[in-house]
Amino acid sequence: MTRVGTVALNTFREAVRDRVLYNLAFFALVMMASAILVGQISVGIEQIVIVTLGLSAISIIGLLISVFIGVGLVSKEIEKRTLYALLAKPLRRWEFILGKFAGLALTLTVNTAAMSAGLFLALFYVKHSVERADTAVLVAVYFILLKLALVVALAMLFSCFTTPLLAILFTAGLYIAGLFVHEMRNMQASTIDPALGGLLRGISYVLPNFENFDVMGAAAHGRVISGMLIAQNTLYAALYCAMVLAVAVAIFSQRNLK
Amino acid sequence: MAEPAIDIENLTKDYPYGFLQLKKRRSLENLTMQVQAGEVFGFLGPNGAGKSTTIKLLMRLIFPTAGSARILGKPISDIAMHRDIGYLPEQPYFYDYLTAAEVLDYFARFHDFTAAERRERVQQMLKKVGLESAGRIQLRKYSKGMLQRVGLAQAILHDPAVVVLDEPMSGLDPVGRREVRDIILELKKQGKTVLFSTHILTDAEMLCDRVGVIVGGKLQGVGAPSELVGLKAQGMEILFELPGTVESGRELLAQATRTGDRYHLRVEESGLYAAMERLGAAGAKVLSVTQVKPSLEEYFMNLVEADRAQAAAVEVRATK
Amino acid sequence: MSEKSYIALLLFVLLGFGGVWRLQKCIDAQQSAVANEDDHLMLRSSKLVKGLSLEYAPLVADIYWTRVVQYFGNKQAGKQLDLRLLWPLLDVTSVLDPQLMPVYDFGSTFLSDAPPRGAGRPDLAVELLERGLRANPDEWRLYYDLGFVYYFDVKDYAKASEALYEGSKNPKALIWMKTMAAKIATEGNSAETSNFLWQDVYNTTKDPLVKQNALRHLQLLRAEEDLKQIDSLADEYQKRLGRRPVRMSELVQSGLLRGEPADPLGYLYILSKAGKAELNLKTPLRDKWFKEPASK
Repeated sequence: MTRVGTVALNTFREAVRDRVLYNLAFFALVMMASAILVGQISVGIEQIVIVTLGLSAISIIGLLISVFIGVGLVSKEIEKRTLYALLAKPLRRWEFILGKFAGLALTLTVNTAAMSAGLFLALFYVKHSVERADTAVLVAVYFILLKLALVVALAMLFSCFTTPLLAILFTAGLYIAGLFVHEMRNMQASTIDPALGGLLRGISYVLPNFENFDVMGAAAHGRVISGMLIAQNTLYAALYCAMVLAVAVAIFSQRNLK
Repeated sequence: MAEPAIDIENLTKDYPYGFLQLKKRRSLENLTMQVQAGEVFGFLGPNGAGKSTTIKLLMRLIFPTAGSARILGKPISDIAMHRDIGYLPEQPYFYDYLTAAEVLDYFARFHDFTAAERRERVQQMLKKVGLESAGRIQLRKYSKGMLQRVGLAQAILHDPAVVVLDEPMSGLDPVGRREVRDIILELKKQGKTVLFSTHILTDAEMLCDRVGVIVGGKLQGVGAPSELVGLKAQGMEILFELPGTVESGRELLAQATRTGDRYHLRVEESGLYAAMERLGAAGAKVLSVTQVKPSLEEYFMNLVEADRAQAAAVEVRATK
Repeated sequence: MSEKSYIALLLFVLLGFGGVWRLQKCIDAQQSAVANEDDHLMLRSSKLVKGLSLEYAPLVADIYWTRVVQYFGNKQAGKQLDLRLLWPLLDVTSVLDPQLMPVYDFGSTFLSDAPPRGAGRPDLAVELLERGLRANPDEWRLYYDLGFVYYFDVKDYAKASEALYEGSKNPKALIWMKTMAAKIATEGNSAETSNFLWQDVYNTTKDPLVKQNALRHLQLLRAEEDLKQIDSLADEYQKRLGRRPVRMSELVQSGLLRGEPADPLGYLYILSKAGKAELNLKTPLRDKWFKEPASK
């Protein structure tokens, strides 16, 4: 097995043994069940509520895991000095970073899949049928995963050179900023100071655009999502992740571990 | 002359500190030192002297400001060299959600073993460090001593030629210390090179072929323990009791140190018999006469004092 | 802990709950004195809410929508409902999720309907529907709703016809929309058209509130027809006897009416002092669907 794979699987094992993940998954399933009840309030929006509530739960829980555990990936190993013994082995620093990333990505995939299963069960319970339009929900879940991978990469990047708390704040801040890329780009029209508007526009091109992955509306109303968008988003996420991880590796390779 | 197992040349490390990280603190200065193959080398020094810094530099956990080092002939930047070295970090916690067997298995996977070999090695190591029965318990339930033993196990499980241990005795009870000592001696018997840092001087005296003493970031002395402290005895010590108060004994008493009813008196070897006569005349009961051997501790303390004096002088100059 | 301590603890907890419930009643009273119904709206600015929702806008839309349904479904006596809140709620919801169709259905009905049944703002209903059409150009039902609003409340028959016609172009639309467009274009307002349109809503809507509203409108239309008929009978009476009748019994006595007529809910029609036919003072048809806000 490759060294990256070894680190990845160990990271996955750690997540599996952490009871927090099970509680979160359970919470998500409770959400799905309650969505069925909530949907009864108004006529005709049962499915919409289940999908929106379900996807929101999956997204939020996924984000919490990505940010908090993502930041801890590197800092915990330093704190517990496991990293010290590890780096004395023939393991390169970049292999370590990549392995940790892959491990958490795997964890998120499994977790998200489990919660999505709950979502589809709830949907089936209400509709008693499966339609082509339901694939939109599947795509929405996939996009959530892409988004989470990017967040993990960012969390790792920040945790390589700041304290865990700051890393959490920066990652969360960057994520939220990334949801408003569209607004920033069009700021110039409404802002008083054109220089500020220009600056914001410039920033908007550098920021990771998390709006790309938002298809909750389409999934809720059963509109099919184009294969082109799926391919483009996948490529975007992969490319951006690679860039962020490359910078993280560069920083980590130079870091003095006190 | 055979190539040293560890060859350090002018290794220097500065740490930035202060508000904008502009000031520098020199924690290691121009360290030049060799550890020969097959010897047990003790790295001594007070806290903060630079022992851990040196070891971390060797392990490539931190990067030198200047200087270089080679292990087994390869530069420390060569990752392949790590196949032949084992390292025990200071006060390790390891992965508390894993069992000892799982931790060792994890670390073993970074070396080229087959699955069967790995399993066997892990069992062997657990036995060697006395954790066979605790192998399936999660590390979060381990005592400090047990964690130290796991650390030792992972350092030697791949049979490295060079073993580097950072404070291997810390936090261990006397039983644990004895066990670690035994393991180090066994490694020596196997012909391995062992470098370990400690501030327990008696351990160093017992185990090491040579020691290096580092104080204030500078190497103060290298050599066999006996060489460093000199073979010259420093006099004799008489242990006696003095019942009652006798006039003639009073000057002797003044020179002696008292513990309860007993007195210790130090005299030069040449003046031993004269002192004995006077004690006899005073009616003292002599309990024992022993040779005062020089200890590493005194040598050590002298160096520390000297360094402190120098540091104070530097400060005074700086404030002026 | 000993048994006695356990019992003491249990008693303490039970008494504590009693105290907590009493306190809660007092707090509730305090709150209702201070609170404004507006507070229930959470936030009004649609742009702000959309921004704060991050990427969960459709979920927040669902939450707002359930608020609307809960609030306006509450027909209990004594509950004050402020229809002025309807527009902000619908505004925010439709911005958060422009594809939430029940919003347009419900909104167009209750925004444009005259008070006390609705907010009496057909202009806002038109705005809402046009917003919906921009986001969902394929939803012919929005044209249907638009036609409705123009016909009944704005009373712009040209625009009503236009809307129904546009909607009819969609192959999924109701078959009659095209012909109705033509009819309204030529005739404008007519009882036949009005009846037909409300009947269609009654038959097709799934929203119970909208259905009840449609029924009410049908009943009112029926009553209007009845009143018109009674008026013409009263004119006849005047012709014959030289004065206007002042009581329904007079019309019956004169033989013009066979029995005293009642509205669709069973309340007898009355004659005003001026001899005009009117709804019974007690009939719910005259009455509030929603209670009028006190501060009007």
